[in-house]
Amino acid sequence: MSACNLLVIEFHYIVIYIKIYLIRWDVIVSLTDEDWQALSLTLYLASIVTLLLFVIATPIAWWLARTKLRWKSVIAAVVALPIVLPPSVLGFYLLLAMGPNGVIGYLTQRLHWGTLPFTFEGLVIVSAFYSLPFMVQPLQAAFESIGDKPLEAAATLRASSFDAFFTVIVPLALPGFVSAGILTFAHTVGEFGVVLMVGGNIPGETRVVSVQIFDYVEALEYQQAHKLAGFMLLFSFLLLLVLNSVRLKKQF
Amino acid sequence: MAENKIIVARFRLARCEFMLDVDLTLPGRGVTALFGHSGSGKTTLLRCLAGLEKDPSGFLSVNGDCWQDAQHCLPTHKRPLGYVFQEANLFPHLTVLGNLRYGIQRIPSAKVTDLTSVIDLLGIGHLLNRKPERLSGGERQRVGIARALALNPKLLLMDEPLSALDVQRKNEILPYLERLHDELEIPVIYVTHSPDEVARLADYLVVLEQGTVLAEGGLFNVLTRLDLPISLGEDVGVVLSATIGAIDDAWQLARLDFAGGSLWTRHHGFGVGRTLRVRVLARDVSLAVEHPSLSSIQNILFGVVDAIGDDHHEGLALVRVCVGESVFIARLTKRAASELNIQLGQSLWLQVKSVALLE
Repeated sequence: MSACNLLVIEFHYIVIYIKIYLIRWDVIVSLTDEDWQALSLTLYLASIVTLLLFVIATPIAWWLARTKLRWKSVIAAVVALPIVLPPSVLGFYLLLAMGPNGVIGYLTQRLHWGTLPFTFEGLVIVSAFYSLPFMVQPLQAAFESIGDKPLEAAATLRASSFDAFFTVIVPLALPGFVSAGILTFAHTVGEFGVVLMVGGNIPGETRVVSVQIFDYVEALEYQQAHKLAGFMLLFSFLLLLVLNSVRLKKQF
Repeated sequence: MAENKIIVARFRLARCEFMLDVDLTLPGRGVTALFGHSGSGKTTLLRCLAGLEKDPSGFLSVNGDCWQDAQHCLPTHKRPLGYVFQEANLFPHLTVLGNLRYGIQRIPSAKVTDLTSVIDLLGIGHLLNRKPERLSGGERQRVGIARALALNPKLLLMDEPLSALDVQRKNEILPYLERLHDELEIPVIYVTHSPDEVARLADYLVVLEQGTVLAEGGLFNVLTRLDLPISLGEDVGVVLSATIGAIDDAWQLARLDFAGGSLWTRHHGFGVGRTLRVRVLARDVSLAVEHPSLSSIQNILFGVVDAIGDDHHEGLALVRVCVGESVFIARLTKRAASELNIQLGQSLWLQVKSVALLE
């Protein structure tokens, strides 16, 4: 039996090897420097936004999951707005707010930071707004499903709320944190409209992959667009694969 | 100081179904049972004692230490208590040992009780490396009790620790609770709706209904009150403290001596001199005006009628009879009471059909 099985396994390895080889040959090697720049900028942006949102969204999600105030639904709706709002609308308002006459712009100018539109920092801020619901909602759901009981047990075991959050809630909500992190990261990688509105198209500063692909298509360079698009397709698929396996693990 | 060995608790808290309004002074040692039906406020009261439920106007002092008054209120995590939840409420992400250590890591080491003795007391030594999901309901509850005791608390609060378990699991845990009752020096407040658990474990009884205290006092006294049968229903009865006075090997019987008389019951293997709790239900006691000479019921006592009251059914009456210093309650139909012409102060014979040994 083993000879036959070995053959099959060997065949699998060969197929996988050929696939990897093809991907390498077809896509990775032939990406231009500009493509690599856009890719690394995109991943860098998504990483920063994800980390930033872990810090910002966790307290918001916690508050939304725990509060009994009636106007909590107002806050929840504001947080969820980017899901339904056209990205250009959100981008438009943020552009105005960050401009020289906007609220954020006034603040950044007073702090001698200049204005944020068409800078990487500006891109981080709009992306954080745009991806906020994708971080808040999975976290809120995870916190809500944990309920009060573990916190009460922790309190009777001498743990303050702060202590209990990190030693009980975070470990119990870990699958929620993973989901929220991956969703936020993927969503930030995929944004286009908001970036174009606020960030423009400056190589190495604000030109992300989606904008780069758009540029290729506009210039009718379909071959280059294909390679970058294919790369993103594979990347997104793998990300969702990881996400789903985390969810499955949580279920069993 | 002896007079400091008390728990004083005053709480007023509005809930949708009831208004909790209690002003209690409870013994600072032994097991106090908070007894009542669901919605009587007993769990809410327990949560107030733990600080899990906030009443800004409440007051609580435990054996001389003030935990809550008008000026300040210790948050739950600063109260030196142990809390056993209804369904154990163990941390699912930690092993049994992790659960036991969680609280210990958060208190000064001088105050920690000897963890191995707690593990032995509850018989959970073989479970330490398991996750809670791999424990049975009874094992989980034992770990929950050990987790609370490991902190060497000054007050142990238990919220219906047996209610989520089936009869078999209950019987698995009750011996451990009885050991706690015998060995613990600290006050225990035990919420339950089970008359059986009350009879086995409680020293002091608080009966709650609609958030208010219906009756409170020593267990033996409260159980002999005739104005409470509504709460107990079929389980009206008294609990006596008795000592095994003799054993009849030929008939496999044991004689239980109580203040005022003695009863024979099946021999359960307890030695002479052992003190036990004995429960005699009102439905197992019948009355006779003359000495019943030929009867299968051999436990016959002589007593004086002390009180007559109504039972939960219109056709039934409860009669309280003093036998020496002890008190029994008999349930009979009102017709029988009328035909026997039972009066206060009357002397008559009691036939006790069965008794339950509780410890």
